[in-house]
This record gives sequence, structure tokens and C-alpha cells, in this order.
Amino acid sequence: MIEATELKKNYGDKRAVDGVSFTIRPGVVTGFLGPNGSGKSTTMRLILGLDSPTSGDVRVNGKHYAEHAAPLHEVGALLEARSVHTGRSAYNHLLALAQTHGIPRRRVDEMVDLVGLHEVARKRAGQFSLGMGQRLGIAAALLGDPATVVLDEPVNGLDPEGVHWIRNLLKQLAAEGRTVFVSSHLMSEMSLTADHLIVIGRGRLIADLSVDEFVRKASGNRVLVRTPEATRLRDLVLGPQVSVASSEAGILQIEGLTAAQVGEIAAANHVVLHELTPQQASLEEAFMELTRDDVEYRSLGSSADPKELAA
Amino acid sequence: MSSATATVSIPRLNERGRVTQARVALSEWTKFVSLRSTRWSLGVGVFLTIAFPILFAAVTATHWAHMSAQDRADRHPLDIALAGVNVAQLAIAVLGVLMITGEYSTGMIRSTFLAVPRRLPVLWAKVGVYAVVSFLLMVPSVLIGFFASQSILNGKHILQISFGASGVARSEFGGAIYVMLVGIFALAIGAILRNTAGGIATFAGIFFVIPPLMNILPTSWNNAISKYLPSEAGRQLFSLHRDAHSLSPLWGGLLFVGYCVVAIAIAAVLLVRRDA
Repeated sequence: MIEATELKKNYGDKRAVDGVSFTIRPGVVTGFLGPNGSGKSTTMRLILGLDSPTSGDVRVNGKHYAEHAAPLHEVGALLEARSVHTGRSAYNHLLALAQTHGIPRRRVDEMVDLVGLHEVARKRAGQFSLGMGQRLGIAAALLGDPATVVLDEPVNGLDPEGVHWIRNLLKQLAAEGRTVFVSSHLMSEMSLTADHLIVIGRGRLIADLSVDEFVRKASGNRVLVRTPEATRLRDLVLGPQVSVASSEAGILQIEGLTAAQVGEIAAANHVVLHELTPQQASLEEAFMELTRDDVEYRSLGSSADPKELAA
Repeated sequence: MSSATATVSIPRLNERGRVTQARVALSEWTKFVSLRSTRWSLGVGVFLTIAFPILFAAVTATHWAHMSAQDRADRHPLDIALAGVNVAQLAIAVLGVLMITGEYSTGMIRSTFLAVPRRLPVLWAKVGVYAVVSFLLMVPSVLIGFFASQSILNGKHILQISFGASGVARSEFGGAIYVMLVGIFALAIGAILRNTAGGIATFAGIFFVIPPLMNILPTSWNNAISKYLPSEAGRQLFSLHRDAHSLSPLWGGLLFVGYCVVAIAIAAVLLVRRDA
């Protein structure tokens, strides 16, 4: 369980996290979604006591992170930034962490095997690929058999097999009743693993909802209609909340009404319909729609003034 | 749907411990001995502490016949025996700085603080491990330096001094204590600055740049101020003879310990307050 209340963090003049409140529950995978620079990593650092909040409060399993007598048994964390000494072997890295809690060596071996680093455990971590580094980070996170797991962009740098493995791992952790909080900037990834979503942009909470809800909202009220009486139907449905577009003759894209509403209007006015299909916006589209105003770094679009680009 | 979900089996852990100072010390020991930089720096420190007196003694013994009375009078057996300390301190200081800045530069510090979020036990453990290791390595090193240089000089029957002579044993152990304290002071500088280059430069500035700069001052000022510098105060621990403008070995040593305590205290406050 992670509870954040009005969490704020400033770095100098820059506000990284701006009054975020949420509760992350055990037993499900909660995705933490937001564009790059939206404050995900900062929020996680605040949860883990690495940074202290400017104001507000965050507790893990009922206490501030630093108040736990055995934090590795409470919370396992994988940070986005590298957090391993490059000159030390993976085995010794895990051993040093284990020793702070009196965790036996056998556990270190178990974790090395679990993440598939057996062959390279005695190699210096500086020689690891990004994917191997991620696996080592996950081994460290699970070392203390923690009740809560916080992972920042865990699929970064993993090959497809590794990504698949992480998804199963996260689901398994949640199924065992743990709290699982995973950040990503990729909606598609979250839709495959998460049950619940927390969305932030520019340090503010944008949404806190289940993935199903998100998908439903994302598909919104967009309906594709095929009808020989396109012009008539368009005039019938148009209103202040409704817009209609047409890509080819006889096909309408109606936004702002559900399929049921469109069908009823058509029936009441005896308009013949050949097709009436609710449209699924892709999750990526929905996510971009949701965070459109909150993207920190935007690529220069084609509409940008060429003179500005040259400057 | 590819829901052929191969379930990952995550082994459970039955032992549930808690963080203790002793466990953090063991963890820091593991970190300390599992890095190459540790072995290199300590090896260089020990080598210099032993090699310099041997070299110095050999050169003195060879040239003794041709040396002027003045030069002969300037040579002191204990200076020869402890000639390595001034050089070895640099290796020990660099490792002291690296013990903490190495964690910041690699990001290891985040893993460390996730395991020990109260942070201070980490600082105490690092200081403890480094103090014990450097002292235990330096004691035999200075003793080997002493007896090796004495036996070389004995070949020419020159510059003999007994280990039992007044102040000799104190200077020998004082040299080992001095190097140990230098390591602690450097570790504190590293913790304060969190940057390897900055830490080493600051240490070098305090120990190797500021003392000669004092010579710019009028002599009376220099004499009044210099003895309170960390390097000068600490040096009294292994100086056999005390000149008119220096502190006694006891007061000099205590003042140097005081500098270390203040540096560690600043490091401790910053460690807890700052974001990692």
C-alpha cells in the first residue's frame, strides 16, 4: 500500500511534482503513466525516501520509507537511473545489500538464478548490457521478499523475451497479494500489464482509474456510420457537443454521441443505416490526447515556422 | 491473446531481519573488499610506507662517506623510518574520498540508501571499516619501514636508534594513526563534496597547497597560524622533535582528531538533509 497526500517537490524554481495524491492498493498491478519529464521518477524517489518532499506526505505500508526497521522486506525498488557500482560484481552488489538486513547468501543465489544472471554474476556490473543491468536491479528489488514493489521503467532495454518475463513477474507479484507500482511512458505496455492506472503530466495528477475505464473513456463517443442518407443524418445529429467528419461519401465519423444514441436518432427519423460501429481509439492515441497539454518536451511539428527552426 | 502465462516462481524468504549497525558494517566491509580501487590504493599505500625508508636508508648509507657534516647532521633515523608516511597519506586520502564519491558517481548510493534509509549508519560503518583497515595495515608497514631502514643503516654503523628510545615508539604508532586520520578526514570531504575530483583537489589543497602558502605571510604570523593547520597539527603525531612553533604530539594529535570530528559531523548533517 502506498499513500501519497498533496505531494509536492521543487528543484530550485522548477516544480517537479505538484500536489499529487493517490493510493496504490495491494493485489493489483498499478501502472504509473506519464510523458518523459512528467514527474514519475521524482514521485518514486519521494516514495522511497531518496528525496524529501517540499510539502505533503507519502507513506509505504503505513510508514515513511525511512521509518521502516527493515525497508528491504517492506519495499523492493528498481530505479530508472543506474544504481550499481560499476566496479563490483553483481553477486557482491546483491550480497552487500543483503547483509544490511542479515539476509542469507542462499537468497542472493536464488535471486541471481531467478533473473537469469547466473553466468555473469561474478562479472563486474560495469560490463553489463542495459538489459542485464535491469535484471540485476530486479534481483535487488526482490531480495528482501518485499510486500510492495516499486519499479521505474522496468522494461527499458529488455529484449522481447525479457519484456514478456517482466509482465508475468509483475502479474505474479500482484497475484501473491503484493502492491505493485510500475512506471512507464508507454501506454501499450501498461495496457498489457496493469490493472489500474495513475496518469501524471507536468507533475500533476491527470487520471486515477482502472485500465478498463481508461479504455472505455479512450474509445469515447466516436461512432462510424455507413448510410445512403449521410447528409440528412449529419444535419440531424449535429449539435454543440457533436462533430461530424466524413472521409468518403456515405461514411460519417460522429464524435460526441454513443452508437446507441446515433441509432435512436436514425430510427426516429427513418434513416437507413448500413453500419453503426463504436470506434476504438488506440490506447496510445487516448494517452496522447489525455496528456497533450502536459508534454514537457515536444518535437517541433511540421507547422513550426521554418524561420524559427533556422534560428 | 498469448495467455499461455508461464508463471514465474518467486522464492519466498522466511528469515526476516532488520537493519543493525553491525550488519551495515559487514555490508560496508563487503563493498570495500570487492572493489579493485581498494586493493590498488591500499597496496600503493603500504608499498610506499615500506619502500621509501628502505630507499632513503640505502641512498644515505651509500653516500655517507661523501656527505658533509652539515648533511649528516640533517639526517635523522626516524625521519628516514617514517619517510613513506608523507607519500602514503595521498594514496590513503584518495581511497577515503573514493569510498563515498565512487557511490555517488556510479549511482550505488541510491541502492545503499534504499537498504539503509536512515543513512547515518552507512557513514559510521564506512568510517569504522576504513579506520580499522588503514590502521591495521599501517602499523606493520611503519614497523617494517623502521626495522628495514635501521638494518640497512646498521651495515655502515650509522644513524642507529633504539625502538625503546624516548618518543620512537610513539612516533611510529603516531605515523600509523596519522595516516588513519587522514583517511577519515578525506572520507568526510568526499561525503561533503560528493565528487571525486573535487574531493581529491580539496584534500590536496588543505594538505599540500595551503601549508607552503603560509610562507608568504610575515614570519610571526606564519609561526602563529601554521601550527593549527590540520596537516601541521597532525604531523606532530610522528615528529620526534618538537620545534618552538609547533604543538606537542598530544595537542597536535587532538587538534587533528578535532578537525576529523568536525568534518565528519558536517558530512553527517549533509548526508541526512540532502536529496540522494
